[in-house]
Amino acid sequence: MKKMIITVVGQDTVGIIAKVCTYLADSGVNILDISQTIVSGWFNMMMITDMAAANKPVKSISDDLEELGKEIGVQIKCQSEDIFKGMHRI
Amino acid sequence: MLNIFEVTETNKMIEQENLDVRTITLGISLLDCIDSNVDTLCDNIYNKITTVAKDLVKTGNDIADEFGVPIVNKRISVTPIGLIGASACKKTDDFVKIAKTLDKAAKQVGVNFIGGYSALVAKGMTSAEELLIRSIPDALASTERIMSSVNLGSTKTGINMDAVRLMGDVIKETAMKTKDADSLGCTKLVVLCNAPDDNPFMAGAFHGVTEADAIINVGVSGPGVVKHALQSVHGESFEVLCETIKKTAFKVTRVGQIVAKEASKRLGIPFGIVDLSLAPTPAIGDSVADILCEMGLEYAGAPGTTAALALLNDQVKKGGVMASSYVGGLSGAFIPVSEDQGMIDAAVAGALTIEKLEAMTCVCSVGLDMIAIPGDTPNTTIAGIIADELAIGMINQKTTAVRIIPVIGKGVGENVEFGGLLGHAPIMPVNKFDCADFVNRGGRIPAPIHSFKN
Repeated sequence: MKKMIITVVGQDTVGIIAKVCTYLADSGVNILDISQTIVSGWFNMMMITDMAAANKPVKSISDDLEELGKEIGVQIKCQSEDIFKGMHRI
Repeated sequence: MLNIFEVTETNKMIEQENLDVRTITLGISLLDCIDSNVDTLCDNIYNKITTVAKDLVKTGNDIADEFGVPIVNKRISVTPIGLIGASACKKTDDFVKIAKTLDKAAKQVGVNFIGGYSALVAKGMTSAEELLIRSIPDALASTERIMSSVNLGSTKTGINMDAVRLMGDVIKETAMKTKDADSLGCTKLVVLCNAPDDNPFMAGAFHGVTEADAIINVGVSGPGVVKHALQSVHGESFEVLCETIKKTAFKVTRVGQIVAKEASKRLGIPFGIVDLSLAPTPAIGDSVADILCEMGLEYAGAPGTTAALALLNDQVKKGGVMASSYVGGLSGAFIPVSEDQGMIDAAVAGALTIEKLEAMTCVCSVGLDMIAIPGDTPNTTIAGIIADELAIGMINQKTTAVRIIPVIGKGVGENVEFGGLLGHAPIMPVNKFDCADFVNRGGRIPAPIHSFKN
């Protein structure tokens, strides 16, 4: 399993989750968990995904998502789970 | 499982509070490059560095992309050249030739600095080490990426005052030879007491002889994160203040530990240490001085500064130690003047003097760092400042250092611009009274009584 965390931050608008999920499905990325909240007016979403069976390298998925974010007008980041687990779990 | 608030907190630290990994430093031993012919030696050095470090920059960039954490610098440290060149170098130009080789290798592999143009002369100088020290002004004036350091004392050996006096001349000469660039050469030259073998930070990084063939050391940075955390406990007691720093330091250090382990795995080179230092940059919001102000001081340098810094340094260590399997290097809060906007502001406001900075170095890492002084400061006075700072390190069994820049052609109140991470600084006044008869005595200061622990 290669767990990657995808975060989306920005102005709330129709279809953000749909677009991101469609891209992930096309890329062979499995979504393990989704949570979403609004923090001081900003849309915040976090997905825990498994990219072990992805049909392209993690770097291209990360670049594509960044590009997709620019199209929708939100910031999308794709990062290894290790950095968050390391910081928040002993 | 991770929750969204934890993920958001981490990304906020990275995006808004300047959390980054300051440097991945690859230590490389050059002991197996030694040859009595200087050209063969240079070939060996070039080949070894460009082979061992060929993937360093790419690996660093890949890890930064995957983890979403900036890794600002990729650097190399090598075995002190005073040892490596001992058999081949008969004149200062031979050492300069090695410096140029190191510079070329650094450019080839794409690192921004290479440390280890160094001599370890805490007790005495070999003739080669003295040659290397005398070659430093030319070496720094004719290269771009070389960093030079000289260890002049230790708790175990005392202070080599002959070398201290010599460094007064060498620093001034380095300033003269780079005077067209505001004496920039001196920003790449540091003298130390109790220099560690595994320090990843420049200018003092070198790969000690106690180290393995190659090793990965990582330095983290997070003054902005600590300051931001303290804003949320404004006005609370010291207990709350200290707990907040500890918890934040744990998180910051953990990032360094993960990056270091990953770099080690991908490069196939053992992990050495994480250096816990809080390293500032001139960027707004990335300042150690701002942390002191957040604790309740009007400016860094105000009464209470030494206590605040002592507290900060100690809590950073307490929080950071548990976050990493091996801690080393300098590990503390850095207080460079030109590289920290809050320190610059304090110096301009007159709150911060060299004497107060000296007191502050008793309780934190590392020393009088990136301080611009008038270009007409006598060489003996520079040696006196060095001796004072090294004495603090020797007696307190800690690393201390001096990286001071006599800016040729400029005086107190004028500004000097070094650019990039090196920042800018006002030229600070130096005590005018003379110490020439003291530093000219010759010989060494004996090791202190508490060094005899056997």
